[in-house]
Amino acid sequence: MNKNIVVARTGNEAMAEAMRQINPDVVAAYPITPATEVVQLFASFVADGQVTTEFVPAESEHSALSACVGASSAGARVMTSTSSQGLALMHEILFIAGGLRLPIVICLVNRSLSSPINIHCDHSDSLASRDSGWLQIFTENTQEAYDSTIMAVKIAEEALMPVMVTTDGFIISHGMERVELVDDKEVPKWLGERVVKNSLLDLDHPITLGALDLQDYYFEHKRSQIDAMDHVLPIIDKAQNDFAKEFGRHYPILEEYKMDDAEVAILAMGSTGGTAKVAVERMRENGKKVGLIRCRVYRPFPREAMLKALTKVNVVGIMDRADTLSSMGGHLYNDCRSVLYDSNTKPILKNYVYGLGGRDISIEEIESIYEELLAFKKTGKVDKDIAYYGVRGE
Amino acid sequence: MKKEKKGWKDLPIGLVLEAGTSQEFETGDWRSDKPVWDSKKCTHCMICWIYCPDSAIIVKDGKVQGIDYRYCKGCGICAEECPPKVKAITMVREEK
Repeated sequence: MNKNIVVARTGNEAMAEAMRQINPDVVAAYPITPATEVVQLFASFVADGQVTTEFVPAESEHSALSACVGASSAGARVMTSTSSQGLALMHEILFIAGGLRLPIVICLVNRSLSSPINIHCDHSDSLASRDSGWLQIFTENTQEAYDSTIMAVKIAEEALMPVMVTTDGFIISHGMERVELVDDKEVPKWLGERVVKNSLLDLDHPITLGALDLQDYYFEHKRSQIDAMDHVLPIIDKAQNDFAKEFGRHYPILEEYKMDDAEVAILAMGSTGGTAKVAVERMRENGKKVGLIRCRVYRPFPREAMLKALTKVNVVGIMDRADTLSSMGGHLYNDCRSVLYDSNTKPILKNYVYGLGGRDISIEEIESIYEELLAFKKTGKVDKDIAYYGVRGE
Repeated sequence: MKKEKKGWKDLPIGLVLEAGTSQEFETGDWRSDKPVWDSKKCTHCMICWIYCPDSAIIVKDGKVQGIDYRYCKGCGICAEECPPKVKAITMVREEK
């Protein structure tokens, strides 16, 4: 076990610290609120000679991720950071990085997408990219953001898939918390060198990368990417277990909190997980058996673990910090309904779409949702399938 | 030159192909008009060699030797660019 150094850091500072310790070969980025500090701090590490990274200040996020794709194809360990509109501008290149199986890591700070323009947290940016072939990890606090950034490099390079590690904009990114940092020397030691099979710069073994792929082979290449997504959960699990063995903090793919004897549960992602844990404690002090499921790895969707967790209780309130704008509610809600389709036992579900544009969700509000779920347990049905929680005029 | 197409499990990860695979792609199949080169008229100015988009002008020791019909798409650029007073290349309809 290594000694950890205890410091106070914001989510952005913690992600930048992780990047400093990782010392990637290339970082290409364009700043955007609320992720700006991640690369701003990293740029100062470059200027101060604390890292040996080639830093590329690009003219847009589209260019930034394109530069990452080039560098990663050459065999470099590559990272970047963005938010919201920045991720939307990267959208085209996200699919290219996914399809080329490049282990790029994005430190993503979740922020609402325009319009209306807003700089605060919801999950509309990351969830709009859920089908791009990237692994997506939603963190609950600063410590998890730091640890997950380090683990993401290992996962990406083992799986040959790009990874987004997300924090909730301002809530985590700008909130200062106690963080335990790993010793500087230990991070590169744990990660090792990136093993590169094919490099664009290897002139002795030249390759063609990203060639035109028409009716004859496109489907086969996509099928192999789909297969990689089907088999990546054990790779994530192994990295998380190795990290725990080395540094003492263990993260699950899907977190269950006080679920063993719970009658009703809330399913949430990101910082709301932390808020809900306090609500669970308070409810339990009053003898109410409630639990929390926190979806930490959202892509790929942990279907088996999710099925097991959901069917432990009678009622689940599914908290979505984004809407699919499809008249079908939020993303998690739809994924969970799909997971439950073949199950003989099903809990009843209510979707709470909440917190859009950074609207706060309090412990008391989550307690009131738990009270509502307990009432549904008694009646055996929910009042409505999809509710917009905390919006005026409902 | 017909190759068995691979199934998805046999493909290398990440759209990686060997280098120089365009050699296997015989674009000569596309041709409807064929350039015919006249060795007696040719001045070996190399203009056709510079312009050919498919590197289909065969050159040896600085002299044009002919046209590589495996790759020549029959675009006619060589015939168009061959100097007007030379006109060593003429386009002929492909007929079989």
